[in-house]
Amino acid sequence: MATTESSSVELTGSSAGYSPENPAPVIEPPRARTQKTPRASRTNFEMHGWLFMRLSGIVLVVLVIGHLVLQLVLDGGVQKINFAFVAGRWASPFWQIWDLTMLWLAMLHGANGLRTIINDYAERDTTRFWLKMLLWTATVFTVLLGTLVIFTFDPNIR
Amino acid sequence: MPAGTLYRGREGMWSWVAHRVTGVLIFFFLFVHVLDTSLVRVSPEAYDDVVATYKTPLVALMEYGLVAAILFHALNGLRVVAVDFWSKGTKYQRHMLWTVMAIWIVLMAGALYPVLGHAASEVFGS
Repeated sequence: MATTESSSVELTGSSAGYSPENPAPVIEPPRARTQKTPRASRTNFEMHGWLFMRLSGIVLVVLVIGHLVLQLVLDGGVQKINFAFVAGRWASPFWQIWDLTMLWLAMLHGANGLRTIINDYAERDTTRFWLKMLLWTATVFTVLLGTLVIFTFDPNIR
Repeated sequence: MPAGTLYRGREGMWSWVAHRVTGVLIFFFLFVHVLDTSLVRVSPEAYDDVVATYKTPLVALMEYGLVAAILFHALNGLRVVAVDFWSKGTKYQRHMLWTVMAIWIVLMAGALYPVLGHAASEVFGS
């Protein structure tokens, strides 16, 4: 054993062979970010995504259940819905903002959920890549189309 | 039963599966729903024509299924939030799932007439 004479602590077992001259190898913390860490995982993107799912989910419970009660339950349910009903609702900025918030949160919440599912089940890199490209294209298209429709709605279109 | 699989899961696994399945269904509906609503920018007639299909008995049944999926996803989502953020969440996750299912049954019973009442009178006459 190569323990130094001056040491008041008697080292035993596997650590006994180390000294200031012969230091033990440093074990990197398992998830430490180093220069070798890929750029993509140096941010907290996944943690923010996880948090977004929970926060947007809570807001969506209120917005979507309110939407369902208004559209499917009150005043004759789905039978009352027509162009005039939509025009009446979007005459109010309150319902415009309600629907706009619901559109953005639901689409981002749903897109992030589907991203997780693609990552879980699509095993080949190229399959994952193209499924996610399709997902983001559909998401951006739907969010922009919905936003455009809410902001450019014209009750006197005819 | 698939051969060679021992794990059958419990409430935690099956609620996770149901959360995924309902989530995917809702996302695909949302995509279609934004498209059909966009017809208000085409013409009142185009919008009314498409919305008329939502008023038929068969689609009303699908709407009831959509409500079922959304209510489960919403209530179970709140349970997931509780499991993640409440210190006793994991301890009571199973109790919370049965609470979710009880509330879900009550709300689904409440939605029965508003969503399916018109379709029922159309199919069975009144």
